[in-house]
Amino acid sequence: MKGYNFAYLDEQTKRMIRRAILKAVAIPGHQIPFGSREIPLPYGWGTGGIQVTAAILGADDRLKVIDQGADDTTNAVSIRRFFARTADVATTTKTADATVIQTRHRIPETALRDGQIIVYQVPQPEPMYRLEPSRVETRRMHALADYGLMHVKLYEDIARLGHIGISYDYPVMVNARYLMAPSPIPAFDNPKMHMMPALQLFGAGREKRIYAVPPYTEVRSLDFVDHPFHPARAPHACGLCGAGDSYLDEVLTDDRGGRLFVCSDTDYCETRRADGQVGAEGVPVGMPGGAVEATQ
Amino acid sequence: MSETTLLSARGVSLSFGAIQALVGVDADLWPGEVLAIVGESGSGKTTLLNVLSGRAAPGTGAVWYRTPDGQLLDVHTMPAPALRRLHRSDWGFVHQDPRQNLRMGVTAGGNVGERLMAQGSRHYGHIRDAARDWLVQTEIDPKRIDDLPRTFSGGMLQRLQIARTLVTHPRLVFMDEPTGGLDVSVQARLLDLIRSLVARFGIAVVLVTHDIAVARLLAHRTMVMQGGRVVETGLTDQVLDDPQHAYTQLLVSSVLNA
Amino acid sequence: MAYVAVKGGERAIDNAHAWLAETRRGNPDVPEIGVAQIAEQIGRAVDRVMGEGSLFDRELAALAIKQSQGDLIEAAFLLRAYRTTLPRFIHSEPVDTAGMAIRRRISATFKDLPGGQILGPTYDYTHRLLDFALASEATVAAAPEASHPVGEMAHVHSLLRHEGLLENDEPAAAGEPGDLTRQPLSFPAPRDVRLQALARGDEGFLLALGYSTQRGWGGTHPFAGEIRMGEAVVEIIPPELGFPIDIGDITLTECQMINQFKGSKTVPAQFTRGYGLVFGHSERKAMAMALVDRAMRAEELGEDVTAPAQNIEFVLYHSDNVEGTGFTEHLKLPHYVDFQSELETVRRMRRDMAAPMAEVAQ
Repeated sequence: MKGYNFAYLDEQTKRMIRRAILKAVAIPGHQIPFGSREIPLPYGWGTGGIQVTAAILGADDRLKVIDQGADDTTNAVSIRRFFARTADVATTTKTADATVIQTRHRIPETALRDGQIIVYQVPQPEPMYRLEPSRVETRRMHALADYGLMHVKLYEDIARLGHIGISYDYPVMVNARYLMAPSPIPAFDNPKMHMMPALQLFGAGREKRIYAVPPYTEVRSLDFVDHPFHPARAPHACGLCGAGDSYLDEVLTDDRGGRLFVCSDTDYCETRRADGQVGAEGVPVGMPGGAVEATQ
Repeated sequence: MSETTLLSARGVSLSFGAIQALVGVDADLWPGEVLAIVGESGSGKTTLLNVLSGRAAPGTGAVWYRTPDGQLLDVHTMPAPALRRLHRSDWGFVHQDPRQNLRMGVTAGGNVGERLMAQGSRHYGHIRDAARDWLVQTEIDPKRIDDLPRTFSGGMLQRLQIARTLVTHPRLVFMDEPTGGLDVSVQARLLDLIRSLVARFGIAVVLVTHDIAVARLLAHRTMVMQGGRVVETGLTDQVLDDPQHAYTQLLVSSVLNA
Repeated sequence: MAYVAVKGGERAIDNAHAWLAETRRGNPDVPEIGVAQIAEQIGRAVDRVMGEGSLFDRELAALAIKQSQGDLIEAAFLLRAYRTTLPRFIHSEPVDTAGMAIRRRISATFKDLPGGQILGPTYDYTHRLLDFALASEATVAAAPEASHPVGEMAHVHSLLRHEGLLENDEPAAAGEPGDLTRQPLSFPAPRDVRLQALARGDEGFLLALGYSTQRGWGGTHPFAGEIRMGEAVVEIIPPELGFPIDIGDITLTECQMINQFKGSKTVPAQFTRGYGLVFGHSERKAMAMALVDRAMRAEELGEDVTAPAQNIEFVLYHSDNVEGTGFTEHLKLPHYVDFQSELETVRRMRRDMAAPMAEVAQ
């Protein structure tokens, strides 16, 4: 784009961010402060992820951007456009084809492989902020690996509710050392982080933190031996593609309680449908009525 | 430092501006022993407790702690993470105001279980059993396990703090006026409880109190402080029944007169 | 199948942007407002946007106001997003506000003082009556001019200092001052960084905090020692020259608040100070900034930290309106994945509760 550097940020800023990323990779799960810049998108809308993506993007990368698992949600469209415009990179909706995937709130269903990078947008990097609001204090707790408080929270959930009450942004221990917020992905996605072959980078723009999970790193969701971690999903098959293993969105179809459960990962769903899988409510691809039309 | 002491201080001094809070204090504590530090307010006893427990650094002098495997640790030069680990495993601290130590928004069971979880306990059932057991030991109805501390009376709060501290079987507990601010009848019951728990588990205690009667009931040995100095130290019975120093005589007689 | 498709994000965004542009322009029968008009006639808004946007450029600030339909936080955001892309060549020398060309200078602590009280272009003594004459265009008569020009004016605090009544200026920290636009906030935050955060901070937030200190939430007995506004010279020292050169003037408002302090055992009673400095003519912001600056020095001065304005971490983390507006408004983004997981949890909790009840019923 005229008047701006490749991928918007100037090269000095990118170098600064890359240094933070390298440090983050060297200390898995540890939050690295960085000089977060203003981005032409508002704070809380992915500025951390955008800065990380801008710093790692090369001219021959293929970028996929998802929000809530979908490529076509407005914020995903907006960010994908931003990079298409400022970096002129190729974009894709295919998980398997992408070299860099920027995501908000999901990890794709298709397993990521060696050489790919997934960049998470992080609203709140501090996993203990609801229990201890002072970042001065939580920094000390991380330094001392003093995580009893987090377990107290889980204990309290079980004592009061009968089970752990966290369903997304479910805290994890990385490499048996740092407690980490996985960003608001559903707990269902947590197991995908463990020993993932792809590099996982996390960017929090407003909070000015970057952290990382290097490939093949241990990531454990906190739990108790007798109350093990439970990655929940709605107990249904996708209405469109019939998948029984994917995370589902609930879509209200009328005002009489009618609802349809469909894959949150649009690429996964479309790929399955293109392969001929049909769910209970679905129509085979290519048949009349099978095309999904814009309604906005 | 003797071969067998658990905690030793040598030449500990500390001043705040022109005020000398501690002047050349030596102290020794043996395993399983209860040591009382008595004196008026401003005598330096709480400052000494803070220095002994590593919560405040001395100007000069040093404090050593002997680990179960015989290693001597300098409390004030050891790395902060190690000191913090010590505080949540081998050591405990009982505050005068239990609210300083308890989490008032967390249930009694969570409060008692926290130290176990900080040490790595990951079995909910076991943590709960231990919490229930310690509620019983501290004479709190185990049915209150899921209640918040804010529904507890002052005496119960103090007993809950003791349960929370002792659940990991610390070897050494620092107590700062543990019965202060409680009614006399509640005090007596609490003192009785502390005495029996400390004896049953062989816990060493450094106890700060302004109340000679508390020292007499709980402590094997007593140190008397005045103006930041130790003026007299010895077996509690000896110090209190046959005080040598004029200040100790005054302290003891003022209790008798009261 | 009654599946409501969620496709079509691209076209929806394009259409929304087109509608926004049309709304921004408004009725085409009304002449379009020019950037120069905004810069000249909506100057206080321009000042605020320059301050919170951290860029002294009246034209760009005016453009941002036009582009944002007068939403000043949005405008500050536009300005910052532009500013962050600019290369940084050099740091200026500290601005000498004692030498500024004064347009306004008042002190509430002395009835008269060397240099005098200069009211300048102020609303202070206007009656807040809507002036219906302004609704129609009319020429404005020129204001009378002083017979002799205003000279350089010493700061009020420099007049008090020789008696030792007022604390001295802090010695300048060695090295470059902190810069939050390059380095993330960390604690303890030194005063230079705190002042920068306040200067960029939201006027309304600082006003509320400063006001709260006046109502007893961390009170500091403030007096407006001096408020001055005018043009100050910006100088840089190019490395190849080695001496300062003048690169232009900027309009600044400066507030020196004088606060009572009872002293301590070691420090004799003395007045302490709070400082405010902002771009343009923005007295409310400069005064609020000075109040909050002083409140945040509570711990340093041995006072109890009890009120929000004294809590450095709380103030610094929440004063930035571009950060705050972004995160508040991000709640508009879809959250259905998280919500779905909460739905499942709530359903499970309700099931867990229903099961034993059903047993009881049998």
